[in-house]
Amino acid sequence: MTDVTHAPSRGMAASPPPAPRGWRDRSIVQLTLVRLREFFREPEAVFWTFGFPIVLAGGLAVAFRNKPAEAVPIGVVTGVAGSDRAVNSLKGTAGLVVDVLSLDSAERALRTGAIAVLVVPKGDGAVEYRFDKERAEARTARLIADQALQHGAGTVDAVKSTELTLTEPGSRYIDFFIPGLLGMNLMGSSVWSIAFGVVNARSKKLLKRLTATPMSRAEYLLSFVLARLMFLAFEMAAILGLGVFVLGVPIRGSFALVVGIALLASFAFSGIGLLVASRAKTVEAASGLANLVLFPMWIFSGVFFASTRFPDVIRPVIKALPLTATNDALRAVMLQGAGLGAVWSQLAILTVWLVVAFPLALRLFRWR
Amino acid sequence: MSPVASPPRALEVRGLVKRYGSVTAVDGLDLEIFPGECFGLLGPNGAGKTTTIEICEGLTPPDAGEVTVLGRRWDREERALRERLGIALQETQLSDKLSVEETLELFRSFYSEPRSVDEVIDLVSLGEKRTARVVQLSGGQKQRLAVACALVGNPELLFLDEPTTGLDPQSRRQLWEMIEQFKATGRTVLLTTHYMDEAERLADRVAIVDHGKVIALGTPQQLIASLGAEHVVAFSLAHDASVSLETLRAVEGVRSARVDAGTYELAVTAVHHALPALLGTLERSGLALAALSTHSPTLEDVFVSLTGRALREG
Ligand SMILES: Nc1ncnc2c1ncn2[C@@H]1O[C@H](COP(=O)(O)OP(=O)(O)OP(=O)(O)O)[C@@H](O)[C@H]1O
Ligand SMILES: [Mg+2]
Repeated sequence: MTDVTHAPSRGMAASPPPAPRGWRDRSIVQLTLVRLREFFREPEAVFWTFGFPIVLAGGLAVAFRNKPAEAVPIGVVTGVAGSDRAVNSLKGTAGLVVDVLSLDSAERALRTGAIAVLVVPKGDGAVEYRFDKERAEARTARLIADQALQHGAGTVDAVKSTELTLTEPGSRYIDFFIPGLLGMNLMGSSVWSIAFGVVNARSKKLLKRLTATPMSRAEYLLSFVLARLMFLAFEMAAILGLGVFVLGVPIRGSFALVVGIALLASFAFSGIGLLVASRAKTVEAASGLANLVLFPMWIFSGVFFASTRFPDVIRPVIKALPLTATNDALRAVMLQGAGLGAVWSQLAILTVWLVVAFPLALRLFRWR
Repeated sequence: MSPVASPPRALEVRGLVKRYGSVTAVDGLDLEIFPGECFGLLGPNGAGKTTTIEICEGLTPPDAGEVTVLGRRWDREERALRERLGIALQETQLSDKLSVEETLELFRSFYSEPRSVDEVIDLVSLGEKRTARVVQLSGGQKQRLAVACALVGNPELLFLDEPTTGLDPQSRRQLWEMIEQFKATGRTVLLTTHYMDEAERLADRVAIVDHGKVIALGTPQQLIASLGAEHVVAFSLAHDASVSLETLRAVEGVRSARVDAGTYELAVTAVHHALPALLGTLERSGLALAALSTHSPTLEDVFVSLTGRALREG
């Protein structure tokens, strides 16, 4: 019934001696390879990581290209004393398009915003300007119109002035946007790739299966971070390549510092991704959690518009967010040529996130 | 280790208890498995087979009891133990995006003295699917890959939790052959199943588990012999008629009787006496047969006679 022979020596009689083990047989190499394979074999993930930011940057570059200043429409009421003189003075003024209207239709046009300023001649050469003070272009149009009318009435400039206009790379919207896009992408891809990869494996019981082998758990988690670093190279090449070579965004500071910031940010966001992934049992739960973490940063951390637009009371909180620190540091180095000394506070913030998120994630982490 | 006093055990379990809330999944279970043996845990759904095997695998901590695997304890020598065990869980989905070969290379990389990927692929006959992605494999091929992942570390002790559930007969036979090959090298297997034909064919010894307890233990032959029956007679009556079990048990040669959904099952000793006697009894009661069959008793009948339920009922 029971065979009491000792377990045979390892390695079956018929099997050949174990092949010498090369670097590819190391588990950390295999685990990292698996991460890369899983990523590149998921076309959607590849698109959202590389394609999407490029499409987005392209679209925004077109939408926010610097256009010649647009002429502002203004209206002049017809059929009252002084109408013709006002129209003559205003016609041909750079920056204005003049509409001659009856009082009724002029008032309607002003209400609907079809004209920015309404000029109502009052006799004796006097005029009244009607406009919405909240509209910046209305205030500007009023000044231009007033100057044209004063000149038409014979006023002479006391100061002679000439103009030199310029468009400087570094001050356009796209220059502002590209560093923010890089920051946003680093955050999104770090958090997503780790949260999705880990939680997917957990929900399929693959994590449990792996812990049933002698696999080092630290190596498993490390493989996600290593794979992140490789994607980081591709992401930076895609976004900065587009920004610098196609859109002419400057990198005024040291490129090595830009890489350093991106690396540190990637580590910090990987820690946050691991935190998101530490407990969630389903991919749905993890993506909800990831959105909860990512969404406020998309809004507050100055990706699409400067975070200085938010009220002063919440600015310290916004500044402490890892994406704000990343974006501020990248912008300072790329656009203003800042050195390490100028971005140390942002680097410190990222480091704090890193050293808090990783140990906390490892403490909370569930393998099944 | 003196071979005289007590033979070494590949696995020893004493007084195992595991509760989930108010459910007692494992209720004071003992097991002893000897090196070179293929041991089957047989039981219906929810009997506690998976819970037991996962405690033995060091994946679930027990609430009470002791587990010794290959002479070692989980709390002290986990890493060394993992090197020597091969495990296939009841449900694991391997990564869809990896190929068969890549999956095995990954698992192989975790072990210090693994077998080669080629060898393991041959063993589970997945040569043709070597470069196919896991997502493209059939259910049976996936199961074989899961077993291959368990084998690639060159284990001394193999744990298989329902390795053939959901497979077609041909895939099941292929897996059985693999397990037999593994056994033939003198290594130990613990497998769970609710197929009695699988247990009868593969297992040297079987423990029938119900409600977290071992209710019978022995070789398949011993267990079947314990029924004291040579045959099982199954019949049903026409017109949904019924007959009392008392009447049936009084028939010559009938050892036990039960009824389930209109089908009566009798364990009988001498079928050539029992059958005519049964027919006579039914005729005298004015009952007509709708169907009648006999078969040699199986582990299923053992389970039924022990619990009054069929294995698959759960
Ligand atoms: N994680 C868990 N949480 C709560 N209850 C559980 C858990 N795992 C198992 N159980 C319960 O413990 C009992 C035994 O379950 P187990 O999975 O061990 O049965 P099994 O014999 O493997 O059944 P099957 O043949 O269906 O696989 C069941 O009643 C089950 O509902
Ligand atoms: Mg089970």
